[in-house]
Amino acid sequence: MRTKLGYAAWLAVFAATTIAFGGPSGGSISGKVTYEGTPARQKPIDMSKEPSCAKQHPTPITTETVVTGPGNALLNVVVYISAGAPDDPAPAQPATVDQKGCQYLPHVIPMVVSQELKVVNDDPTSHNIHPLAKINNEWNKSQPPGTPPFSEKFAKPEFIPVKCNIHPWMHSSFVVLKNSHYAVSGGDGGFSLPNLPPGKYTITAWHESYGDQTQDVTISGNETKTVNFVFKAKPY
Amino acid sequence: MMRTRRITKLFLGIAACVALPITAAAQQGESHIGKVTGHSDAGKQLFYRYCWGCHGFRGDGNGENWLPPSSWLGPYLNIQPRDFVAATFKCRSTPTGTLPTDQDLYNSLVRGFVNSAMPSWITLTDQNRADLVAFIKTFSARWKNEKAGDPIKVPPETKLTVESIKHGQELFQKLECWKCHGQEGRGDGPSASTLTDSNDQPIRPYNFAVGSRFKCGATNQDLYKIFITGLDGTPMPSFADVIKPEDAWDLVHFLRTLQVTHTSPELVLWESTKEGAAQIASRKISGTPTGSGIKQ
Repeated sequence: MRTKLGYAAWLAVFAATTIAFGGPSGGSISGKVTYEGTPARQKPIDMSKEPSCAKQHPTPITTETVVTGPGNALLNVVVYISAGAPDDPAPAQPATVDQKGCQYLPHVIPMVVSQELKVVNDDPTSHNIHPLAKINNEWNKSQPPGTPPFSEKFAKPEFIPVKCNIHPWMHSSFVVLKNSHYAVSGGDGGFSLPNLPPGKYTITAWHESYGDQTQDVTISGNETKTVNFVFKAKPY
Repeated sequence: MMRTRRITKLFLGIAACVALPITAAAQQGESHIGKVTGHSDAGKQLFYRYCWGCHGFRGDGNGENWLPPSSWLGPYLNIQPRDFVAATFKCRSTPTGTLPTDQDLYNSLVRGFVNSAMPSWITLTDQNRADLVAFIKTFSARWKNEKAGDPIKVPPETKLTVESIKHGQELFQKLECWKCHGQEGRGDGPSASTLTDSNDQPIRPYNFAVGSRFKCGATNQDLYKIFITGLDGTPMPSFADVIKPEDAWDLVHFLRTLQVTHTSPELVLWESTKEGAAQIASRKISGTPTGSGIKQ
């Protein structure tokens, strides 16, 4: 009886803390990712070996090792909290990667450790999904056209290059993170990390070609801090 | 009386605490193949006698016999020796992304790898090979933190019929095996020249038209396992989720007919049909050993 009451009390305390510290309150960090210098020119992809995909792109698409926007904006940069935030449990919502037109959509797929990753093939051709993991286990699965999506999980944080061996131009990154405070820089290079409780954080911005940068930020109360990242672009 | 009992219990407890890690450690340095138990201490001696020239002092596949293709001496081995530190293995009975069983590693030692510099270690004893398996497993922490995967179930082979070969041929098209292996299975498909393994070394798809042995065995069961489990670390993916067992056997039957130089029951049956005979005749290379009268 006593233990039961004890459990109930703990539950109540737990519920109270989640209400107090969870929820959408707290500070936030937002900013912009830009580059300086001349980024490498992206080459058009020759998909003539895969007519079903070539047909989907009236004008040939280019490689995506560096994607830029107006005003020197740098896209596809994963901005995340690398220190200061507790590890999060995997969200119930799966992360999704779609293979369409022999491209990975989106190009960079961030997710939390043990979060479900849904792999979809929307092409009329076979793909093989081959994450070249070094810390997690490397696997390689075939997904012929018309087969239903499959799910996978990664047990440890890692930046994993992904490729399709059948279509050598297809390239992506699975970014497995410890917590769900992350964002990918959009069309204007902007990002925002909302719902941050007060505290000291280390923010890391990672780009597949230019590596990573970190900045320390302290959040007190409900304030919104601005953090900008500038990557040095190399023309080769 | 009560007190002595308590003391005995205490001692038993301490003994258990001490003994448990010792037995666990002993198991980590062991391999189990049937009734044979291999020990890593014995395997270490063998490794540094027979294996390290290729697999390297640290077991990372960087032995002195391995020169990357970029080196000015050129490649001496055509395939980089396996990196036991990464612990990614091609020949497994277990699903993609999992560790192989002790028996899988042992079988690789018995068999050797066709088209590579890895010979068959049939000259060693069963105990020697089991010891080597135990030692190979000490190179990666994966063996401490993970268990080997559950071996896939290979259902009994379905009956070989002309229909099953024809259905296999359809599957070869549908699953786009030809993208890498080529329409005739010669390893010359449109994607073949671009393939690299997980260490960015060029790698060739298997050429069915020469020989009878595969990378991971020579039987129909071995062939079934290869495409269901995939060859981890290479471009060959797993088809476990996308092919039904009975379809998989049909594909096996068809793949055998691509081995035009190896007389298998599948090839004989296929050659007895009009369509099959024409196909095989067009693929066979005839000629004399001296090269005169070669017709391709």
